[in-house]
Amino acid sequence: MLAETILCLGVNHKTAPVAVREKLAFSGDCTTPLTELKALPGCEECCLLSTCNRVEVLLVAKEEATTAAETVRRFLFGASGITPEESQQYSYFHQGSAAITHVFRVAASLDSMVVGEPQILGQLKEAYRAATEQQATGAVLNKLLTKAFSVAKRIRTETNIGGSAVSISYAAVQLAKKIFGELKDKKVLLVGAGEMAELAAEHLAAQGIGKVVVANRTLERAVNLARTFHGTAVGLDELVPQLAEVDILISSTGATDLILRKEEVRPVMRQRHNRPLFLIDIAVPRDLDPELNDLDNVYLYDIDDLKQVVELNRAERQKEADKAERIVDEEAIKFLQWLEAMEVAPTITALRRRAEAIRDAEVAKTLGHLPGLGEKERKGIELMANAMINKLLHDPMMFLKAAVPAEEKRAHLALVRKVFGLDAEGGDSAS
Amino acid sequence: MRELFQLTVLAYGAATITYLVYFFSRNKRVRGGARGLLLGAGVLHTFYIIARYLAAGHTPIASNHEAVSFFAWSLAWGFLSFRWRYQVKNFGAFVSPLITLLMVIAALSSQHIVELPPALQSYWLPIHASIAILANGFMALAFCGGVMYLLQEREIKKKHFGLFYSRLPSLEALDHLNQHCLAIGFPLLTLGIVTGSIWAKQAWGAYWQWDPKETWSLITWFIYAAIIHQRLTVGWRRRRAAIMAIVGFSAVLFTLWGVNFLLGGVHSYAG
Repeated sequence: MLAETILCLGVNHKTAPVAVREKLAFSGDCTTPLTELKALPGCEECCLLSTCNRVEVLLVAKEEATTAAETVRRFLFGASGITPEESQQYSYFHQGSAAITHVFRVAASLDSMVVGEPQILGQLKEAYRAATEQQATGAVLNKLLTKAFSVAKRIRTETNIGGSAVSISYAAVQLAKKIFGELKDKKVLLVGAGEMAELAAEHLAAQGIGKVVVANRTLERAVNLARTFHGTAVGLDELVPQLAEVDILISSTGATDLILRKEEVRPVMRQRHNRPLFLIDIAVPRDLDPELNDLDNVYLYDIDDLKQVVELNRAERQKEADKAERIVDEEAIKFLQWLEAMEVAPTITALRRRAEAIRDAEVAKTLGHLPGLGEKERKGIELMANAMINKLLHDPMMFLKAAVPAEEKRAHLALVRKVFGLDAEGGDSAS
Repeated sequence: MRELFQLTVLAYGAATITYLVYFFSRNKRVRGGARGLLLGAGVLHTFYIIARYLAAGHTPIASNHEAVSFFAWSLAWGFLSFRWRYQVKNFGAFVSPLITLLMVIAALSSQHIVELPPALQSYWLPIHASIAILANGFMALAFCGGVMYLLQEREIKKKHFGLFYSRLPSLEALDHLNQHCLAIGFPLLTLGIVTGSIWAKQAWGAYWQWDPKETWSLITWFIYAAIIHQRLTVGWRRRRAAIMAIVGFSAVLFTLWGVNFLLGGVHSYAG
């Protein structure tokens, strides 16, 4: 069985701690490890993926799958100084349909630390590009990986997997976007220069926030932080007048008492012509009066509110991930069917059937146009059509049956299937 | 012609269901189908109006059936016209049910072609009636935007993230939508009243005679004028603007139907 020769072996954030992963990681150029991998006995096709959360080898084995897996495992852990027993424990190994499902899940970011994060697809594409440059992949991996990319794309369009924020600072950014739409022309005021405030400001800056203003008890710290975001610094006593100007306020001072009250903000809202104000209070104890949320067009979120958003998003993402898993299973079955067809016998049958279908249709059409023919003439036409398809099919059949190495054989099969359009009715338009 | 109308109603219904499926499932492939269906329904509806025009010999905005059907038509095409200007996420899930509802109301009212009394046989009929109802279409779009705004705002303010938070666009986008609809709808509304007044002078010899429909359209006009004035001067935007769009639209509906059923007057449709 061809499917059983597909193997996937590696470590990821679930199976191995970072101390182990960093010993295995191939940073930068993958050319050398790829050529080494390709040269391993038993390796037919291969592809190497190395990111900060995973190092894995995707491989089509020549014959003995388990021996090939052992060789690859030794190769992966070769320079790490980890004993073979430990390497067994840290790594995972998938074969056949499990390996196919695994690749699809990785591409669709279902196996990621943060499920749904989009970078992994780009990294996998990069790994595939590197492998094709070294001619390390063949008919099977080419098909498997392009299929994995289209599965990932399908999951992106059919589920909302990447849609929700799962960290506090990112949740704050997402809320800001729900309130303001574009952040380009918006201003944020950081009150207090804590680490959390800085992180949230970084996220906002990455989303193209227009301007950053920093207010702090000690002006020096404010000036320093403002400089990192190309912003301006103000004193803490200017807080209320600043509110007329800014759109988002992130407060994280160490003050024990409230620093901003409802009565102070109410007149400012009139001055702002009711432009909305998004107040984020990440200080404990709180800096901002909880009653501020009662004002029209003022949205106040404290740290617990943001945590709640994150929790909800996690749950939402899990639901979407379940949908995505169904798509993966469905596509894995389709891919297995394609693999089965890649054996010689079914391809020959399919080719014959195709030709015979054309012959029968054309003969019927021709005879339909010629009603006056006798039995003998009709027989003659049928025989001629039959002889034609047999002659035409002879060379492709020989080509398929020729004794060539396994990899070449797969390439031949893929070629014949493509030329004669044998995969067309599978509904596989993705590749 | 009756079949054409029924087919149109069905097409709007199908578009509505598809938009709702997209709203809940968020499968982007479904969205394409919904748009296609609505566009198809809009085209069918246009054919229906043309067919009715040919059959009646006058612009088909004379009976309740025709007025409501034209209302739905202007809503549908107003919505479709937005498609290439700018996109509002899941707007269709709110607009299409309203279109379908209007079409069902149109289907339930008498579809007989009315004979126009001589006073109404004028080229001012198509001008006045179509402009006035087109204005209604845009006010209805502003209404849908207002409802969406309030739903979204409620979830953000109450920090209770349910069905709408991730499905509806940003508050800013919805506020823009409101502004945009009024910017088109209000001039049309004004023009509708002015053309009506000119026609009244021609038909009855007086520009204005405080017929209930006239009074109520003036009230509606004042509501929208106030919204726009307040937005420009003291910043009535966002939440308050959304509420006012809903209030204004109730006035539109009352002007369209309430007046006929409760108060009567020269605008009561013949038959």
